[in-house]
Amino acid sequence: MTSFQWQSLVPILPEITMAVGAMALLMVGVFRGDKSAQLLNILSIGLLLTVLGLILGITPFTLTTLNNALITDSFSQFGKAVIAVGLMAALLLSHRDLREGVMGRFEFPVLVLLSGIGMMLMVSANNFLSLYVALELQSFPLYVLAALRRDNAQSAEAGVKYFILGALSSGFLLFGISLLYGFAGTLDFSLLAGTLMQNGAVPGAVIGMVFVLTGLAFKISAVPFHMWTPDVYQGAPTIVTSLFAIVPKIAAILLFLRLLNGPFAPLTPDWIQIIIFLSIASMIWGALAGLVQQNIKRLLAYSSIGNMGYALLGVLAASPEGTASVLLYMTIYMIMTAGTFAIILSVTRHGEGVESLHGFAGLSKTSPAKAYALAALMFSMSGIPPLAGFFGKLFVFQSLLESGFYIVAVIGVVTSVVAAYYYLKIIKIMFFDEQQESFDDAPSSQARYFVAALSLAFVLFFIVNPNVLMATTRIAAQSLFG
Amino acid sequence: MVDIGLTHYLILAGILFTIGVFGIFLNRKNVIVILMSIELMLLAVNINFVAFSIFLNDLSGQVFTMFILTVAAAEAAIGLAILVVFFRNKGTIAVEDIASLKG
Repeated sequence: MTSFQWQSLVPILPEITMAVGAMALLMVGVFRGDKSAQLLNILSIGLLLTVLGLILGITPFTLTTLNNALITDSFSQFGKAVIAVGLMAALLLSHRDLREGVMGRFEFPVLVLLSGIGMMLMVSANNFLSLYVALELQSFPLYVLAALRRDNAQSAEAGVKYFILGALSSGFLLFGISLLYGFAGTLDFSLLAGTLMQNGAVPGAVIGMVFVLTGLAFKISAVPFHMWTPDVYQGAPTIVTSLFAIVPKIAAILLFLRLLNGPFAPLTPDWIQIIIFLSIASMIWGALAGLVQQNIKRLLAYSSIGNMGYALLGVLAASPEGTASVLLYMTIYMIMTAGTFAIILSVTRHGEGVESLHGFAGLSKTSPAKAYALAALMFSMSGIPPLAGFFGKLFVFQSLLESGFYIVAVIGVVTSVVAAYYYLKIIKIMFFDEQQESFDDAPSSQARYFVAALSLAFVLFFIVNPNVLMATTRIAAQSLFG
Repeated sequence: MVDIGLTHYLILAGILFTIGVFGIFLNRKNVIVILMSIELMLLAVNINFVAFSIFLNDLSGQVFTMFILTVAAAEAAIGLAILVVFFRNKGTIAVEDIASLKG
Protein backbone atom coordinates (compact mmCIF):
# COMPACT_ATOMS: atom_id res chain seq x y z
CA MET A 1 0.00 0.00 0.00
CA THR A 2 1.59 3.23 -1.11
CA SER A 3 0.90 6.32 0.93
CA PHE A 4 -1.22 9.04 -0.57
CA GLN A 5 0.57 12.06 -1.94
CA TRP A 6 -1.07 15.36 -2.70
CA GLN A 7 1.14 15.92 -5.73
CA SER A 8 -0.52 12.97 -7.41
CA LEU A 9 -3.69 15.05 -7.72
CA VAL A 10 -2.04 17.71 -9.89
CA PRO A 11 -3.08 16.11 -13.22
CA ILE A 12 -6.77 16.34 -12.30
CA LEU A 13 -6.51 19.86 -10.93
CA PRO A 14 -8.88 21.22 -13.63
CA GLU A 15 -11.68 18.86 -12.58
CA ILE A 16 -11.11 19.54 -8.89
CA THR A 17 -11.19 23.28 -9.50
CA MET A 18 -14.37 22.93 -11.48
CA ALA A 19 -16.08 20.71 -8.90
CA VAL A 20 -15.22 23.02 -6.00
CA GLY A 21 -16.16 26.06 -8.06
CA ALA A 22 -19.49 24.56 -9.11
CA MET A 23 -20.40 23.79 -5.52
CA ALA A 24 -19.37 27.28 -4.38
CA LEU A 25 -21.53 28.79 -7.12
CA LEU A 26 -24.40 26.56 -6.06
CA MET A 27 -24.11 28.00 -2.56
CA VAL A 28 -24.17 31.55 -3.92
CA GLY A 29 -27.28 30.64 -5.88
CA VAL A 30 -29.01 29.06 -2.91
CA PHE A 31 -28.52 32.16 -0.76
CA ARG A 32 -29.11 34.84 -3.38
CA GLY A 33 -31.91 33.17 -5.31
CA ASP A 34 -32.87 33.30 -8.94
CA LYS A 35 -32.00 36.96 -9.36
CA SER A 36 -28.35 35.92 -9.29
CA ALA A 37 -28.72 33.67 -12.35
CA GLN A 38 -26.88 36.03 -14.69
CA LEU A 39 -24.19 36.74 -12.11
CA LEU A 40 -23.65 33.01 -11.67
CA ASN A 41 -23.50 32.62 -15.43
CA ILE A 42 -20.69 35.16 -15.69
CA LEU A 43 -18.87 33.57 -12.75
CA SER A 44 -19.24 30.16 -14.41
CA ILE A 45 -17.69 31.48 -17.59
CA GLY A 46 -14.86 32.89 -15.49
CA LEU A 47 -14.45 29.53 -13.77
CA LEU A 48 -14.32 27.78 -17.12
CA LEU A 49 -11.65 30.21 -18.32
CA THR A 50 -9.58 29.37 -15.23
CA VAL A 51 -10.10 25.68 -15.87
CA LEU A 52 -9.10 26.11 -19.50
CA GLY A 53 -5.94 27.83 -18.33
CA LEU A 54 -5.18 24.95 -15.96
CA ILE A 55 -5.85 22.38 -18.68
CA LEU A 56 -3.50 24.08 -21.10
CA GLY A 57 -0.98 24.79 -18.35
CA ILE A 58 -0.49 21.18 -17.31
CA THR A 59 2.30 19.56 -19.29
CA PRO A 60 0.86 16.78 -21.38
CA PHE A 61 2.79 13.80 -20.07
CA THR A 62 0.85 10.59 -19.89
CA LEU A 63 0.05 10.18 -16.22
CA THR A 64 -2.46 8.14 -14.27
CA THR A 65 -3.99 9.24 -11.00
CA LEU A 66 -6.08 7.71 -8.22
CA ASN A 67 -4.91 4.12 -8.67
CA ASN A 68 -5.12 4.23 -12.48
CA ALA A 69 -8.72 5.40 -12.37
CA LEU A 70 -7.99 8.47 -14.48
CA ILE A 71 -5.47 9.14 -17.18
CA THR A 72 -4.18 12.46 -18.42
CA ASP A 73 -2.47 12.60 -21.78
CA SER A 74 -2.50 14.88 -24.81
CA PHE A 75 -5.70 13.19 -25.96
CA SER A 76 -7.62 13.93 -22.77
CA GLN A 77 -6.05 17.37 -22.58
CA PHE A 78 -7.31 18.19 -26.07
CA GLY A 79 -10.75 16.81 -25.24
CA LYS A 80 -11.02 18.79 -22.01
CA ALA A 81 -9.93 22.01 -23.67
CA VAL A 82 -12.54 21.58 -26.43
CA ILE A 83 -15.22 20.73 -23.86
CA ALA A 84 -14.36 23.80 -21.77
CA VAL A 85 -14.62 26.01 -24.86
CA GLY A 86 -17.92 24.40 -25.84
CA LEU A 87 -19.37 24.91 -22.36
CA MET A 88 -18.34 28.56 -22.43
CA ALA A 89 -20.08 28.97 -25.78
CA ALA A 90 -23.24 27.33 -24.42
CA LEU A 91 -23.24 29.59 -21.35
CA LEU A 92 -22.69 32.70 -23.48
CA LEU A 93 -25.61 31.72 -25.71
CA SER A 94 -27.94 31.34 -22.73
CA HIS A 95 -26.90 34.48 -20.86
CA ARG A 96 -29.82 36.62 -22.05
CA ASP A 97 -32.53 34.05 -21.30
CA LEU A 98 -31.36 33.77 -17.69
CA ARG A 99 -32.31 37.38 -17.06
CA GLU A 100 -35.85 36.73 -15.90
CA GLY A 101 -38.93 34.59 -16.35
CA VAL A 102 -39.22 30.86 -16.17
CA MET A 103 -35.73 30.24 -17.58
CA GLY A 104 -34.12 32.73 -15.22
CA ARG A 105 -32.96 30.09 -12.79
CA PHE A 106 -29.60 29.99 -11.07
CA GLU A 107 -29.49 26.19 -11.42
CA PHE A 108 -28.77 26.46 -15.12
CA PRO A 109 -25.08 27.45 -15.02
CA VAL A 110 -24.43 25.15 -12.06
CA LEU A 111 -25.96 22.14 -13.81
CA VAL A 112 -23.98 22.93 -16.95
CA LEU A 113 -20.78 23.00 -14.89
CA LEU A 114 -21.60 19.73 -13.13
CA SER A 115 -22.33 18.03 -16.42
CA GLY A 116 -19.08 19.51 -17.73
CA ILE A 117 -17.08 17.84 -14.95
CA GLY A 118 -18.67 14.55 -15.98
CA MET A 119 -17.64 15.10 -19.59
CA MET A 120 -14.07 15.96 -18.64
CA LEU A 121 -13.82 12.86 -16.44
CA MET A 122 -15.28 10.76 -19.25
CA VAL A 123 -12.49 11.87 -21.52
CA SER A 124 -9.86 10.88 -18.98
CA ALA A 125 -11.49 7.68 -17.70
CA ASN A 126 -9.05 4.80 -17.45
CA ASN A 127 -11.18 2.08 -15.94
CA PHE A 128 -14.81 1.09 -16.18
CA LEU A 129 -15.76 2.33 -12.73
CA SER A 130 -14.63 5.88 -13.42
CA LEU A 131 -16.15 5.63 -16.90
CA TYR A 132 -19.55 4.71 -15.46
CA VAL A 133 -19.55 7.33 -12.73
CA ALA A 134 -18.35 10.03 -15.13
CA LEU A 135 -20.95 9.09 -17.71
CA GLU A 136 -23.74 9.32 -15.16
CA LEU A 137 -22.41 12.59 -13.78
CA GLN A 138 -22.56 13.90 -17.33
CA SER A 139 -26.06 12.57 -18.02
CA PHE A 140 -28.00 13.43 -14.85
CA PRO A 141 -27.69 17.22 -15.07
CA LEU A 142 -28.64 16.98 -18.76
CA TYR A 143 -31.88 15.13 -17.90
CA VAL A 144 -32.76 17.91 -15.49
CA LEU A 145 -31.82 20.61 -18.00
CA ALA A 146 -34.10 19.09 -20.67
CA ALA A 147 -37.05 19.49 -18.30
CA LEU A 148 -35.89 22.87 -16.98
CA ARG A 149 -38.82 24.82 -18.39
CA ARG A 150 -41.27 23.61 -15.81
CA ASP A 151 -44.39 25.31 -17.14
CA ASN A 152 -44.01 23.76 -20.57
CA ALA A 153 -45.45 20.33 -21.37
CA GLN A 154 -43.05 19.78 -24.27
CA SER A 155 -40.01 20.45 -22.13
CA ALA A 156 -41.27 18.06 -19.46
CA GLU A 157 -41.94 15.44 -22.10
CA ALA A 158 -38.44 15.89 -23.50
CA GLY A 159 -37.10 15.38 -19.99
CA VAL A 160 -39.09 12.17 -19.48
CA LYS A 161 -38.02 10.74 -22.83
CA TYR A 162 -34.39 11.66 -22.37
CA PHE A 163 -34.36 10.23 -18.87
CA ILE A 164 -35.96 6.89 -19.78
CA LEU A 165 -33.81 6.24 -22.82
CA GLY A 166 -30.70 7.52 -21.06
CA ALA A 167 -31.32 5.20 -18.12
CA LEU A 168 -31.95 2.31 -20.52
CA SER A 169 -28.66 3.02 -22.26
CA SER A 170 -26.71 3.10 -19.01
CA GLY A 171 -28.36 -0.20 -18.13
CA PHE A 172 -26.98 -1.71 -21.34
CA LEU A 173 -23.59 -0.16 -20.69
CA LEU A 174 -23.48 -1.60 -17.17
CA PHE A 175 -24.55 -5.06 -18.28
CA GLY A 176 -21.73 -5.02 -20.82
CA ILE A 177 -19.24 -3.85 -18.22
CA SER A 178 -20.30 -6.63 -15.86
CA LEU A 179 -19.74 -9.25 -18.57
CA LEU A 180 -16.35 -7.79 -19.47
CA TYR A 181 -15.42 -7.79 -15.80
CA GLY A 182 -16.46 -11.42 -15.48
CA PHE A 183 -14.59 -12.64 -18.51
CA ALA A 184 -11.45 -10.57 -18.09
CA GLY A 185 -11.38 -10.34 -14.30
CA THR A 186 -10.46 -6.67 -14.31
CA LEU A 187 -11.99 -3.23 -14.72
CA ASP A 188 -8.75 -1.56 -15.78
CA PHE A 189 -8.49 -0.58 -19.45
CA SER A 190 -4.89 -1.61 -20.03
CA LEU A 191 -5.20 -4.88 -18.09
CA LEU A 192 -8.37 -5.65 -20.04
CA ALA A 193 -6.52 -5.09 -23.31
CA GLY A 194 -3.81 -7.49 -22.13
CA THR A 195 -6.29 -10.19 -21.15
CA LEU A 196 -8.25 -9.89 -24.38
CA MET A 197 -4.99 -10.07 -26.33
CA GLN A 198 -4.08 -13.30 -24.55
CA ASN A 199 -7.44 -15.05 -24.66
CA GLY A 200 -8.54 -13.88 -28.08
CA ALA A 201 -12.16 -13.08 -28.81
CA VAL A 202 -13.99 -14.94 -26.03
CA PRO A 203 -17.74 -14.89 -26.81
CA GLY A 204 -18.59 -13.47 -23.37
CA ALA A 205 -16.18 -10.58 -23.80
CA VAL A 206 -17.44 -9.85 -27.30
CA ILE A 207 -21.05 -9.76 -26.05
CA GLY A 208 -19.95 -7.47 -23.24
CA MET A 209 -18.26 -5.17 -25.72
CA VAL A 210 -21.40 -5.08 -27.89
CA PHE A 211 -23.47 -4.04 -24.87
CA VAL A 212 -20.98 -1.33 -23.93
CA LEU A 213 -20.96 0.02 -27.49
CA THR A 214 -24.77 -0.04 -27.54
CA GLY A 215 -24.89 2.02 -24.37
CA LEU A 216 -22.44 4.54 -25.78
CA ALA A 217 -24.19 4.65 -29.17
CA PHE A 218 -27.27 5.94 -27.32
CA LYS A 219 -25.17 8.78 -25.95
CA ILE A 220 -23.88 9.88 -29.36
CA SER A 221 -27.33 9.18 -30.86
CA ALA A 222 -26.12 6.87 -33.60
CA VAL A 223 -28.89 5.11 -35.56
CA PRO A 224 -30.60 2.77 -34.48
CA PHE A 225 -30.27 4.28 -30.99
CA HIS A 226 -31.21 7.82 -32.00
CA MET A 227 -34.95 7.86 -31.20
CA TRP A 228 -34.62 10.29 -28.33
CA THR A 229 -32.59 12.93 -30.18
CA PRO A 230 -35.22 14.69 -32.34
CA ASP A 231 -37.80 14.74 -29.55
CA VAL A 232 -35.40 16.01 -26.93
CA TYR A 233 -33.91 18.64 -29.25
CA GLN A 234 -37.37 19.90 -30.13
CA GLY A 235 -38.92 19.77 -26.68
CA ALA A 236 -36.07 21.18 -24.60
CA PRO A 237 -35.71 24.97 -24.28
CA THR A 238 -33.55 26.23 -27.17
CA ILE A 239 -30.64 27.28 -24.96
CA VAL A 240 -30.54 23.73 -23.58
CA THR A 241 -30.80 22.27 -27.07
CA SER A 242 -27.79 24.31 -28.07
CA LEU A 243 -25.89 22.87 -25.13
CA PHE A 244 -26.93 19.32 -26.15
CA ALA A 245 -25.82 19.95 -29.69
CA ILE A 246 -22.51 21.61 -28.86
CA VAL A 247 -20.79 19.64 -26.12
CA PRO A 248 -21.84 16.18 -24.82
CA LYS A 249 -21.28 14.30 -28.04
CA ILE A 250 -17.62 15.30 -28.15
CA ALA A 251 -17.05 13.62 -24.81
CA ALA A 252 -18.90 10.49 -25.95
CA ILE A 253 -17.02 10.26 -29.26
CA LEU A 254 -13.70 10.68 -27.47
CA LEU A 255 -14.72 7.89 -25.11
CA PHE A 256 -15.47 5.74 -28.17
CA LEU A 257 -11.97 6.46 -29.47
CA ARG A 258 -10.30 5.64 -26.18
CA LEU A 259 -12.23 2.39 -25.70
CA LEU A 260 -11.93 1.09 -29.24
CA ASN A 261 -8.24 1.85 -29.59
CA GLY A 262 -7.38 0.88 -26.01
CA PRO A 263 -9.08 -2.02 -24.23
CA PHE A 264 -11.04 -3.19 -27.28
CA ALA A 265 -8.10 -3.01 -29.70
CA PRO A 266 -7.65 -6.82 -29.64
CA LEU A 267 -11.28 -7.16 -30.77
CA THR A 268 -10.88 -4.83 -33.75
CA PRO A 269 -12.32 -7.25 -36.34
CA ASP A 270 -15.46 -7.57 -34.22
CA TRP A 271 -16.11 -3.90 -33.49
CA ILE A 272 -15.35 -2.74 -37.01
CA GLN A 273 -18.56 -4.37 -38.24
CA ILE A 274 -20.58 -2.66 -35.52
CA ILE A 275 -19.10 0.75 -36.24
CA ILE A 276 -19.60 0.32 -40.00
CA PHE A 277 -23.26 -0.45 -39.40
CA LEU A 278 -23.74 2.43 -36.94
CA SER A 279 -22.07 4.98 -39.16
CA ILE A 280 -23.79 3.96 -42.41
CA ALA A 281 -27.19 3.80 -40.72
CA SER A 282 -26.63 7.20 -39.05
CA MET A 283 -25.51 8.89 -42.25
CA ILE A 284 -28.40 7.53 -44.30
CA TRP A 285 -31.11 8.13 -41.71
CA GLY A 286 -29.72 11.53 -40.73
CA ALA A 287 -29.86 12.59 -44.38
CA LEU A 288 -33.23 11.10 -45.33
CA ALA A 289 -35.28 11.88 -42.21
CA GLY A 290 -33.96 15.44 -42.20
CA LEU A 291 -35.50 16.11 -45.60
CA VAL A 292 -39.08 16.30 -44.34
CA GLN A 293 -38.58 18.25 -41.10
CA GLN A 294 -40.44 21.52 -40.55
CA ASN A 295 -38.92 22.45 -37.19
CA ILE A 296 -35.39 23.83 -37.22
CA LYS A 297 -34.41 22.22 -33.90
CA ARG A 298 -35.65 18.86 -35.15
CA LEU A 299 -33.78 19.39 -38.39
CA LEU A 300 -30.57 20.11 -36.50
CA ALA A 301 -31.16 16.93 -34.48
CA TYR A 302 -31.15 14.88 -37.67
CA SER A 303 -28.18 16.86 -38.86
CA SER A 304 -26.32 15.91 -35.68
CA ILE A 305 -27.29 12.25 -36.15
CA GLY A 306 -25.80 12.37 -39.64
CA ASN A 307 -22.69 14.16 -38.42
CA MET A 308 -22.11 11.49 -35.77
CA GLY A 309 -22.13 9.01 -38.65
CA TYR A 310 -19.28 10.91 -40.31
CA ALA A 311 -17.36 11.12 -37.05
CA LEU A 312 -17.71 7.34 -36.65
CA LEU A 313 -16.23 6.91 -40.14
CA GLY A 314 -12.99 8.32 -38.82
CA VAL A 315 -13.18 5.96 -35.84
CA LEU A 316 -13.30 3.05 -38.31
CA ALA A 317 -9.79 3.70 -39.55
CA ALA A 318 -8.42 2.77 -36.08
CA SER A 319 -5.23 4.64 -36.89
CA PRO A 320 -3.64 7.84 -35.52
CA GLU A 321 -4.66 9.59 -38.75
CA GLY A 322 -8.26 8.45 -38.38
CA THR A 323 -8.37 9.53 -34.75
CA ALA A 324 -6.89 12.91 -35.61
CA SER A 325 -9.52 13.35 -38.32
CA VAL A 326 -12.30 12.59 -35.83
CA LEU A 327 -10.93 15.13 -33.37
CA LEU A 328 -10.71 17.74 -36.11
CA TYR A 329 -14.19 16.89 -37.36
CA MET A 330 -15.76 17.16 -33.91
CA THR A 331 -14.01 20.45 -33.17
CA ILE A 332 -15.18 21.99 -36.44
CA TYR A 333 -18.67 20.60 -35.97
CA MET A 334 -18.86 22.02 -32.46
CA ILE A 335 -17.84 25.49 -33.62
CA MET A 336 -20.30 25.44 -36.54
CA THR A 337 -23.15 24.30 -34.29
CA ALA A 338 -22.39 27.00 -31.73
CA GLY A 339 -22.60 29.64 -34.48
CA THR A 340 -25.78 28.18 -35.94
CA PHE A 341 -27.54 28.17 -32.59
CA ALA A 342 -26.28 31.68 -31.81
CA ILE A 343 -28.09 32.93 -34.89
CA ILE A 344 -31.20 30.80 -34.43
CA LEU A 345 -31.51 32.06 -30.85
CA SER A 346 -31.16 35.66 -31.98
CA VAL A 347 -34.05 35.43 -34.47
CA THR A 348 -37.21 36.09 -32.47
CA ARG A 349 -40.82 37.01 -33.10
CA HIS A 350 -43.05 38.40 -30.32
CA GLY A 351 -40.25 37.62 -27.88
CA GLU A 352 -40.28 33.90 -28.70
CA GLY A 353 -37.57 32.15 -30.68
CA VAL A 354 -38.56 31.20 -34.22
CA GLU A 355 -38.65 27.41 -34.50
CA SER A 356 -40.57 26.62 -37.66
CA LEU A 357 -38.42 26.43 -40.75
CA HIS A 358 -40.75 28.68 -42.74
CA GLY A 359 -40.65 31.23 -39.95
CA PHE A 360 -37.22 32.18 -41.28
CA ALA A 361 -38.68 33.36 -44.60
CA GLY A 362 -37.51 36.81 -45.56
CA LEU A 363 -34.73 37.00 -42.96
CA SER A 364 -32.36 38.29 -45.63
CA LYS A 365 -34.48 41.44 -46.08
CA THR A 366 -34.88 42.44 -42.43
CA SER A 367 -31.51 41.35 -41.03
CA PRO A 368 -29.14 40.50 -43.86
CA ALA A 369 -26.15 40.02 -41.55
CA LYS A 370 -27.82 37.14 -39.71
CA ALA A 371 -29.04 35.62 -42.96
CA TYR A 372 -25.61 35.72 -44.60
CA ALA A 373 -23.92 34.35 -41.47
CA LEU A 374 -26.40 31.47 -41.23
CA ALA A 375 -26.00 30.84 -44.95
CA ALA A 376 -22.22 30.57 -44.57
CA LEU A 377 -22.63 28.17 -41.64
CA MET A 378 -25.11 26.05 -43.59
CA PHE A 379 -22.76 25.91 -46.59
CA SER A 380 -20.03 24.84 -44.21
CA MET A 381 -22.27 22.17 -42.63
CA SER A 382 -23.04 20.71 -46.02
CA GLY A 383 -19.31 20.54 -46.71
CA ILE A 384 -18.78 23.10 -49.44
CA PRO A 385 -15.18 24.27 -49.91
CA PRO A 386 -13.40 26.43 -48.89
CA LEU A 387 -15.34 26.54 -45.59
CA ALA A 388 -14.23 24.66 -42.49
CA GLY A 389 -16.89 21.95 -42.73
CA PHE A 390 -15.40 20.76 -46.00
CA PHE A 391 -12.03 20.07 -44.38
CA GLY A 392 -13.62 18.13 -41.55
CA LYS A 393 -15.21 15.75 -44.05
CA LEU A 394 -12.15 15.72 -46.31
CA PHE A 395 -9.79 14.40 -43.65
CA VAL A 396 -12.28 11.82 -42.43
CA PHE A 397 -12.71 10.45 -45.94
CA GLN A 398 -8.96 10.58 -46.53
CA SER A 399 -8.22 8.44 -43.49
CA LEU A 400 -11.02 6.11 -44.53
CA LEU A 401 -9.59 5.61 -48.01
CA GLU A 402 -6.11 5.02 -46.61
CA SER A 403 -7.55 2.16 -44.56
CA GLY A 404 -9.30 0.72 -47.61
CA PHE A 405 -12.98 1.26 -46.75
CA TYR A 406 -13.94 2.37 -50.26
CA ILE A 407 -17.64 1.43 -50.27
CA VAL A 408 -18.30 3.11 -46.92
CA ALA A 409 -16.57 6.26 -48.17
CA VAL A 410 -18.75 6.31 -51.30
CA ILE A 411 -21.91 5.96 -49.18
CA GLY A 412 -20.65 8.80 -47.01
CA VAL A 413 -20.17 11.13 -49.96
CA VAL A 414 -23.59 10.28 -51.40
CA THR A 415 -25.42 10.87 -48.10
CA SER A 416 -23.52 14.12 -47.66
CA VAL A 417 -24.97 15.26 -51.00
CA VAL A 418 -28.46 14.23 -49.91
CA ALA A 419 -28.08 16.07 -46.61
CA ALA A 420 -26.95 19.19 -48.48
CA TYR A 421 -30.57 19.48 -49.64
CA TYR A 422 -31.89 20.48 -46.25
CA TYR A 423 -29.03 22.80 -45.43
CA LEU A 424 -29.58 24.57 -48.74
CA LYS A 425 -33.33 24.58 -48.13
CA ILE A 426 -32.78 26.80 -45.09
CA ILE A 427 -30.79 29.21 -47.26
CA LYS A 428 -33.50 29.17 -49.91
CA ILE A 429 -36.20 29.95 -47.34
CA MET A 430 -34.20 32.83 -45.85
CA PHE A 431 -33.37 34.46 -49.15
CA PHE A 432 -36.16 33.69 -51.60
CA ASP A 433 -39.38 33.08 -49.67
CA GLU A 434 -41.91 35.79 -48.95
CA GLN A 435 -41.99 37.03 -45.39
CA GLN A 436 -45.30 36.54 -43.58
CA GLU A 437 -44.81 38.30 -40.27
CA SER A 438 -42.11 40.70 -39.20
CA PHE A 439 -39.32 39.72 -36.82
CA ASP A 440 -38.58 41.49 -33.56
CA ASP A 441 -36.53 44.63 -34.11
CA ALA A 442 -34.69 44.72 -30.81
CA PRO A 443 -31.13 43.44 -31.13
CA SER A 444 -30.37 40.15 -29.41
CA SER A 445 -27.70 39.78 -26.76
CA GLN A 446 -24.12 40.87 -27.43
CA ALA A 447 -22.90 37.49 -26.18
CA ARG A 448 -24.77 35.70 -28.97
CA TYR A 449 -23.37 38.00 -31.64
CA PHE A 450 -19.93 37.44 -30.16
CA VAL A 451 -20.25 33.64 -30.41
CA ALA A 452 -21.71 33.90 -33.91
CA ALA A 453 -18.89 36.19 -35.04
CA LEU A 454 -16.16 33.91 -33.64
CA SER A 455 -17.76 30.86 -35.18
CA LEU A 456 -18.17 32.58 -38.53
CA ALA A 457 -14.59 33.82 -38.50
CA PHE A 458 -13.40 30.28 -37.81
CA VAL A 459 -15.54 28.79 -40.57
CA LEU A 460 -14.46 31.35 -43.15
CA PHE A 461 -10.77 31.62 -42.30
CA PHE A 462 -9.96 28.05 -41.29
CA ILE A 463 -8.42 27.57 -44.74
CA VAL A 464 -5.87 30.34 -44.10
CA ASN A 465 -4.01 28.36 -41.48
CA PRO A 466 -5.47 24.89 -40.89
CA ASN A 467 -2.14 23.51 -39.70
CA VAL A 468 -2.32 24.72 -36.11
CA LEU A 469 -5.46 22.78 -35.30
CA MET A 470 -4.41 19.81 -37.41
CA ALA A 471 -1.03 19.52 -35.69
CA THR A 472 -2.74 19.66 -32.29
CA THR A 473 -5.19 16.92 -33.20
CA ARG A 474 -2.35 14.81 -34.55
CA ILE A 475 -0.37 15.10 -31.31
CA ALA A 476 -3.51 14.28 -29.32
CA ALA A 477 -4.23 11.25 -31.49
CA GLN A 478 -0.63 10.02 -31.25
CA SER A 479 -0.79 9.93 -27.47
CA LEU A 480 -3.71 7.51 -27.67
CA PHE A 481 -1.61 5.03 -29.63
CA GLY A 482 1.42 5.36 -27.34
CA MET B 1 -28.89 -31.25 -4.15
CA VAL B 2 -27.84 -29.14 -7.06
CA ASP B 3 -24.75 -27.02 -6.58
CA ILE B 4 -25.51 -23.43 -7.39
CA GLY B 5 -22.68 -22.21 -9.58
CA LEU B 6 -21.77 -19.09 -11.50
CA THR B 7 -23.95 -20.09 -14.44
CA HIS B 8 -27.08 -20.07 -12.34
CA TYR B 9 -26.42 -16.55 -11.14
CA LEU B 10 -25.67 -15.37 -14.66
CA ILE B 11 -28.87 -16.93 -16.01
CA LEU B 12 -30.88 -15.32 -13.21
CA ALA B 13 -29.30 -11.93 -13.92
CA GLY B 14 -29.88 -12.40 -17.64
CA ILE B 15 -33.56 -13.18 -17.08
CA LEU B 16 -34.04 -10.21 -14.75
CA PHE B 17 -32.28 -7.90 -17.19
CA THR B 18 -34.47 -9.11 -20.05
CA ILE B 19 -37.61 -8.61 -17.97
CA GLY B 20 -36.41 -5.08 -17.23
CA VAL B 21 -35.81 -4.26 -20.90
CA PHE B 22 -39.14 -5.71 -21.97
CA GLY B 23 -40.84 -3.88 -19.12
CA ILE B 24 -39.68 -0.62 -20.69
CA PHE B 25 -40.75 -1.46 -24.22
CA LEU B 26 -43.93 -3.47 -23.77
CA ASN B 27 -45.43 -1.44 -20.98
CA ARG B 28 -48.22 0.83 -22.26
CA LYS B 29 -49.72 1.93 -18.98
CA ASN B 30 -47.64 3.79 -16.49
CA VAL B 31 -44.29 5.55 -16.40
CA ILE B 32 -43.71 4.45 -12.80
CA VAL B 33 -43.55 0.88 -14.11
CA ILE B 34 -40.78 2.03 -16.45
CA LEU B 35 -38.83 3.39 -13.48
CA MET B 36 -39.25 0.03 -11.77
CA SER B 37 -38.03 -1.75 -14.89
CA ILE B 38 -34.93 0.45 -14.98
CA GLU B 39 -34.26 -0.41 -11.37
CA LEU B 40 -34.68 -4.10 -12.20
CA MET B 41 -32.08 -3.83 -14.97
CA LEU B 42 -29.58 -2.22 -12.62
CA LEU B 43 -30.18 -4.86 -9.94
CA ALA B 44 -29.66 -7.63 -12.49
CA VAL B 45 -26.29 -6.05 -13.27
CA ASN B 46 -25.53 -6.00 -9.56
CA ILE B 47 -26.18 -9.74 -9.31
CA ASN B 48 -23.77 -10.24 -12.19
CA PHE B 49 -21.10 -8.15 -10.52
CA VAL B 50 -21.40 -9.78 -7.12
CA ALA B 51 -21.43 -13.29 -8.62
CA PHE B 52 -18.36 -12.58 -10.73
CA SER B 53 -16.67 -10.90 -7.80
CA ILE B 54 -17.11 -14.00 -5.62
CA PHE B 55 -16.02 -16.44 -8.28
CA LEU B 56 -13.05 -14.36 -9.40
CA ASN B 57 -12.06 -13.75 -5.79
CA ASP B 58 -11.70 -10.05 -6.62
CA LEU B 59 -13.24 -7.23 -4.61
CA SER B 60 -13.63 -4.59 -7.30
CA GLY B 61 -16.89 -6.10 -8.52
CA GLN B 62 -18.50 -5.55 -5.14
CA VAL B 63 -17.15 -2.01 -4.99
CA PHE B 64 -18.75 -1.41 -8.37
CA THR B 65 -22.05 -2.68 -6.98
CA MET B 66 -21.95 -0.07 -4.23
CA PHE B 67 -21.47 2.63 -6.84
CA ILE B 68 -24.34 1.31 -8.93
CA LEU B 69 -26.66 1.32 -5.93
CA THR B 70 -25.75 4.92 -5.12
CA VAL B 71 -26.10 6.12 -8.69
CA ALA B 72 -29.40 4.23 -9.06
CA ALA B 73 -30.77 6.10 -6.05
CA ALA B 74 -29.82 9.43 -7.62
CA GLU B 75 -31.29 8.27 -10.91
CA ALA B 76 -34.61 7.36 -9.30
CA ALA B 77 -34.74 10.74 -7.55
CA ILE B 78 -34.18 12.62 -10.82
CA GLY B 79 -36.62 10.40 -12.69
CA LEU B 80 -39.39 10.97 -10.16
CA ALA B 81 -38.72 14.72 -10.10
CA ILE B 82 -39.03 14.94 -13.88
CA LEU B 83 -42.17 12.83 -13.70
CA VAL B 84 -43.73 15.22 -11.19
CA VAL B 85 -43.03 18.13 -13.57
CA PHE B 86 -44.61 16.15 -16.38
CA PHE B 87 -47.68 15.30 -14.30
CA ARG B 88 -48.20 18.95 -13.34
CA ASN B 89 -48.29 19.92 -17.00
CA LYS B 90 -50.33 17.07 -18.40
CA GLY B 91 -52.31 15.70 -15.49
CA THR B 92 -51.38 12.14 -16.46
CA ILE B 93 -48.42 9.79 -16.46
CA ALA B 94 -49.80 7.22 -18.88
CA VAL B 95 -47.17 6.10 -21.39
CA GLU B 96 -49.37 6.72 -24.43
CA ASP B 97 -49.73 10.37 -23.43
CA ILE B 98 -45.99 10.96 -23.82
CA ALA B 99 -46.38 11.41 -27.54
CA SER B 100 -46.86 15.06 -28.39
CA LEU B 101 -43.35 15.27 -29.86
CA LYS B 102 -42.93 13.23 -33.00
CA GLY B 103 -42.14 13.39 -36.69
